[in-house]
Order: sequence, then C-alpha cells, then structure tokens
Amino acid sequence: MNLKTPALPGVAAIPPRRRRRYPPLNALIGGGLLAALVLLALLGVVWTPYDPLKLDLLSRLHAPNAVHWLGTDEFGRDVFSRLIIGARTSLWISLLSVSVAVVCGTLIGMLAGYLRGWTDRILMMLNDALLAFPGILMALGIMAIVGASQYGIVLALGIAYTPSVVRVVRGSVLSLRELEFIEASRVIGNSELYTMFRHITPNCLAPLCVLATSMFGWALLSESALSFLGLGVPPPAATWGSMLSASRTYISNAPWLGIFPGIFISLTLLAINLFGDALRDRLDPRMRK
Amino acid sequence: MSVPVPLLAVENLQIRVGVDGPLAVDDFSFTMAPGEIVALVGESGSGKTMAARAAIGLLPAPMQVCGGRIIFQGQALDSSNAKAMREVRGARIGMVFQEPMVSLNPALTIGRQMSEALKLHTTLDAATIRERCIAMLQRIGIKDAEKCLASYPHQFSGGMRQRIMLASVMLLRPALLIADEPTTALDCLAQLDVIELMLELTREQGTAILFISHDLSLVARYAHKVMVMRSGKAVEQGRIEDILFAPKAEYTRQLLEALPRRGELVPVPAADSALLQVRDVCIEHPGPRSFWGRSVPKRVVHSVSLSIAPGETLALVGGSGSGKTTLGRAVVGLVNPCAGAILFQGVDILKAANRAHRLQCQMIFQDPYSSLDPRMTVGQILAEPLRHEPALTAAQKRQRVTDTLVDVGLPEQFRERFAHQLSGGQRQRVAIGRALVRRPKLVIADEPISALDMTIQKQILELFERLQRQYGFACLFISHDLSAVERIAHRVAVMNQGEVVEMGPRDSIFDAPQHPYTRRLLAAASPLEKRADGSYRLRASVI
Repeated sequence: MNLKTPALPGVAAIPPRRRRRYPPLNALIGGGLLAALVLLALLGVVWTPYDPLKLDLLSRLHAPNAVHWLGTDEFGRDVFSRLIIGARTSLWISLLSVSVAVVCGTLIGMLAGYLRGWTDRILMMLNDALLAFPGILMALGIMAIVGASQYGIVLALGIAYTPSVVRVVRGSVLSLRELEFIEASRVIGNSELYTMFRHITPNCLAPLCVLATSMFGWALLSESALSFLGLGVPPPAATWGSMLSASRTYISNAPWLGIFPGIFISLTLLAINLFGDALRDRLDPRMRK
Repeated sequence: MSVPVPLLAVENLQIRVGVDGPLAVDDFSFTMAPGEIVALVGESGSGKTMAARAAIGLLPAPMQVCGGRIIFQGQALDSSNAKAMREVRGARIGMVFQEPMVSLNPALTIGRQMSEALKLHTTLDAATIRERCIAMLQRIGIKDAEKCLASYPHQFSGGMRQRIMLASVMLLRPALLIADEPTTALDCLAQLDVIELMLELTREQGTAILFISHDLSLVARYAHKVMVMRSGKAVEQGRIEDILFAPKAEYTRQLLEALPRRGELVPVPAADSALLQVRDVCIEHPGPRSFWGRSVPKRVVHSVSLSIAPGETLALVGGSGSGKTTLGRAVVGLVNPCAGAILFQGVDILKAANRAHRLQCQMIFQDPYSSLDPRMTVGQILAEPLRHEPALTAAQKRQRVTDTLVDVGLPEQFRERFAHQLSGGQRQRVAIGRALVRRPKLVIADEPISALDMTIQKQILELFERLQRQYGFACLFISHDLSAVERIAHRVAVMNQGEVVEMGPRDSIFDAPQHPYTRRLLAAASPLEKRADGSYRLRASVI
C-alpha cells in the first residue's frame, strides 16, 4: 500500500482541520475583562484621580458624586483611587500565591503519583496533615512567623493552597500512569523524568486549570480575611480585601465602601473563571474542532 | 391463520442521529420466529447495535427512531410510551451487554442485582425470589450459590460475570434475548462456555436470541439465520447455509475474505544464534497489601523458556490470565522477572548498560485508544523514538518519519493530526509505525488486532506481514485469536496458567496438537474455512 492507493477507509471521512474564525465567547469576555482589570492596575502606577493615601477629614464618607466618583472613606480618601492602587496589590498577591501553590503542588503531586511506594506514602501523609488544617489558620501561623508583608501573604497562601493541588495532580497522575502511552514512552527508552514532563504533565492540565482559577478567587478573599485580622498588607496601603473588611463598620451609612471593592472582586473572579475555562479548552487538542 | 405470528417483526426501521442528522439505520426489516437464533453481523458503525437497541427502546441520546414499526408478539412497541416499554424490557425482552466488567453494578451484591428484576416484574415474595436465584445459579454451575448471592461482582472473572449476567436475565424467562457481542471481551475458552450456556438456557425456555456479533465463525456455528449489515442497511439476510457458506453479496464475500487463513510465511533468514532467549523465567505480581504494606506475591509465570531466531515470528497463545502478556512485558523490560534470565543477542537485558535491547526491542500495545498520547500529533509520536538515535540529523529524522507514514499506509497530512481524529485502525497503524521507526530487531505485539474490526484486522495483519518482509524484524506475537496466529506465526507456544504447555512449528500445533489444553483451545476456535469451489464450511474439529 502506498500513498496512491485510496484503499484506506476513513481517510476521506475526516475533513481537514478548519480554523475557527472567532475565539469562543468565554475567551472573549473573560480575556477582555481580565485585560481591562490589568490595565486598570497598571494605570495606578502612573495616574490616580487623587492621592489614595491622602487624608481629608473634611470630606469623610461622601457618597459617590461628581468630585469623588465612587465616594470617599472614613478618612476622606478617594475610593476610586484606592481601588486602582489596590488592584495592583490584590491581583499581584493572588497571582503569585496561586503560582506558588500550582508549581509546588504539581511537583510534589507528580513525584508522589509517579514514584508511588514509600515516597508517595510519606509525601501524602504530610500532605494530608496539612490538608487537615484549615487553610486560613495555617496562613495565620505562617504570617505570624514571617511577619505581615506582601510577600508574607504570598508565601502563606501559597503554602496553604499547595495540598489541594497535590491531591488533584496525584490523582490525575495515578490514573494516567496506567495508560499504555506512558508504558510506550518507557519502551521507547525515555527517562522517567522526560516521561513525567512530556507525557504526564500536559495531560494533567485540564483539572489544574480549573483548580487554579478557583484558587485565584479564594486567594483574593483570604487576603482580605488576613487583612481583617491585622495580618495582611499593613495599612495605609490599599488592597481590595482590606477595603472590603474596613467597610464593615460603615455598612449601614456608607454602603459604597463595601459595594465597589465587592464588585471588583466579583468581576475579577468572573473574568478569571471564564478565561480559565477557555484556556483549558484551548490547551486540549480534543476540544479543538 | 396459517402463517404463525412472528415473535418480533421489524418493518422499515429508520434511526436518525438527532433530528436532522444522518441515518444510522435505514429501511431495515426482519422477522424472528419464537425460539429462533438470529445473528446480526457487521462492522462497528454498521448500525447493528442501534437496530437491536431500538427494539427495547434503549437508544442512546442523540439517536431516535424516525420511521418504521417494531411489532413484538403481535403488539406494536411504542418507544415513547415509557411505562409500557418498562413492562416489556426485562420481563419479555432481556438483554446481555458486551462488557461483563462494567455491566454489573460493583456496589451491589450479586443477590441484590439478580432479584431486582424479579421484584419489579413479578409478585413473588422474597423467599421465593431467593430460592429461584439459588436454583438458577446452581443451574449455571456455580457451586456455592448461597455465597455467590452475597458476593460482589469484582470477586468473579469476566467469564463468570457474563454467566451471572445471563442467569439474572434468564430468570424472568423472557421470550426474546438480545445479546450484544456477549463474548467479545472473553478469551476463546470462556467464550465457548458462555455461548453454550446461553444456548442451553434459551432452549429450555424457548427463548429466541437476537445475537449481535462480528465473529462470523461463531455465528456460523450457532445461529439459524443471519443478517449482514453495512452502514445502516441490510446487505443480505437469510439462512446461515445460504449466506455464510455460499455468500452472494459482494460485501459478505469481503467479510469472509477478511477471515485470516493459513498462508505463506515470511522466510526466516538462517542465523547461528537466537535473537532472544528466555531462560527459566518466573514472574511475580505483588499481591494485595496488608495494612503494614506486606504483600504476598502471586506467581504468574512459572519457569518459562523459549527463544526467537532473527526474523522469526513466535506466537504466544493462551486464555486470559495465562501470563502471556506479563511474559511479553518482561521481554521488553516493563516487568522484572524474579528468577531466570532474558538474553537479547546473548546479553542479559537487566545489565545496566544494555542499550542495544532498549533500542532494538519495541512493543505494540493492545488498545490503540490509550497507547497514543492524546496531546501529541502523529508526527510527534512517530518522531519521539528517534530522540534516542543521536546519529541521525534533524533532516534525516524528518525523512524517517515521512518514510514511516508511507510504510504504514497513512497519507502525509496525517502528520499534523491528533490521535482522537483517527479511527481505531489508523491509530494502530501509528502505533506500529512508532514501534518500527527505529528499525528494531524484535517487536513484541500484544494482542495488536483484538480491538479492531474484521476487515481492519485483515489490513493490519497484511501490513504487519509486509513490513516484516521489508525490515526482517523478529516478533513475539501475543494473542488469543488463533486464526490470526495461524496466519502469521512460524512457531507457536501455548501458555496455560503461567506455563508453556506446548511449543512447536505452526503446522504441527494446528494439525496435530499434543497437549489437551491446546486441543481444547483449537476446538473452541473452529474457524470458517474456504473450500476449493469458493463456498465456506466450518473446519472440522481436530479432536
């Protein structure tokens, strides 16, 4: 049989791959929103309507108006300016802590799932012990050790989220390593390390994408919880979380203090989740038309 | 009335995928008399399963009946009337599925599952139901029926599960049994067992069987009537003698031609020494672990010795659980033997720097659906083994991949395709290409065709033979399909329960088997063979 014989059934049945003209809707909306938020955060580097840290006790708790678009807080600081500045801190902290968790978790999970045996048992025992701790409690402990700072939070949240990544990755690896293409890779003569990174990691991406995007949301909120407990980014620096928790006292007479950071956090979560879904589909050749 | 009422009459059945999709079954009609065994044969995608499933109103989601009638015992079945269909299903039409491993619920005891249907369709009390279940289990040859009722499906082998499945369906004495490839997942001895049992039970109760299969030999042996289907249409139908023994339609002929036959073998070059020697190899699997991690190993291969000369094909046959796959995996280095030695070109493969073995010994896996990385293109898959050929330049590697695509009969544009865009046969071609791209001296093929359709099996076997002629590699061909083995093997080793019970040249094994186990295997297979005048017959058993 050579190229000229049309004897092969099914060859003509598959149409050549078509290029999709538009990216899917979730990628458009998620990507657009995310780009807008990042631009907003970058904008804060060069320009804010007012100095976000400047106290102005004469204009305390003004409702949104033409001068202060989103109102002012209990010290008379402009809420919009603080939101812009806070975007950078909040997004950066969440992104870094999720990255720390994903990288550490993937490495540990792959090791445990691929090597099995005693490595697996010891790693998983430690992991389950960590998992048994409430995440925020562990983050508190770590913050108490490293001190309240931006990178303290990153470290604390990163470590707190690692165990769930480990679990997810190890589960995928365990089911993947039984498949024949992993054995095929070993028969070819590939090293274990190569097999792990070339064949197993890419096939774990789908659950990781979903987990990472939801963790991004938890990270945004946990940062606010830590701030509320006084262990977050130290005041007067603004983060969305700390703005949200500070608004609690004024919830009845100045609701805008909570509403606007809340809206930004929700929008970010929506954007990240949509974008994560789109990314997962994009990375999976089976989902492409 | 002089004409007896048929048990089942299907008239002009049409099944569509979705509302305006293509037709999966088109204008299909047949009738079945009570107690008759009718076989529905065809390749995957021919609509045979869909046609049978329509009869009990169990079409999978996008499929729907869009024309024709199904009349069962003189009464039209209306699949939209869910309540009426539920009364027919189980009680009057039973169904046995293909996969015994997944058709029983793993979370429920056998007893629960067997009694379920009786509880639904009869007014019997619990004690009577239990009595009947036990009687039925004893009937199908289960020694400790009481214990079996309290056991879970995972405690039984595939063949046993299929017997239990059959028993629980036949408990209700249905008038029609639909058997959808009930033995495809079993090895040939278990296959025979289950079929014989099915025939006995249905004969006792006068049940008719609608037997869906792609195994023509099996159909020729047991069915009264046969319908050949191709892309949703009936090609031919009639009595076995008229259709399978003296085929008229072109397609039926083609199917029968696809049956492997003993043929010319690729000549084996003369060689001084064996390429592969397996000496007294024993292999153990770790047994179930206790809490402290102690495990009692289970020995699956007992002191096996064999050798393969360069360019020779040795077939390893045996039932499931005979240890043949484990031995193959040991030869390629995926499992380590606990005793004995495996020598490749005279060097122990466990020796640290035995690179020759790694590079020259490749494997083709059974399941083309899981043996290719879903995230790699065909080109990447074929190029991967060449990573370990530093002597080749990038351009040479690219050329080698192109050559390999031609070798396995895939067009150049397949280089950019992903595995999920290929059919089973095409995937297996890629898998063969990956094994051969480095021009190995020995290829281990583990049931390489058992997951494929008949005509595709033929193509793959022919491809394999052509490549062997071209590149002269030796092969350890692991299979339970005796007719495929008969087609391509120079020598045959028969394994049973971890031991090689008989080994010899192909012709002497097939024509004059010595060991009783070999004889049983051969008797269970009994293939259709072509006679000089172009008609077919079942080969007489050698015993």
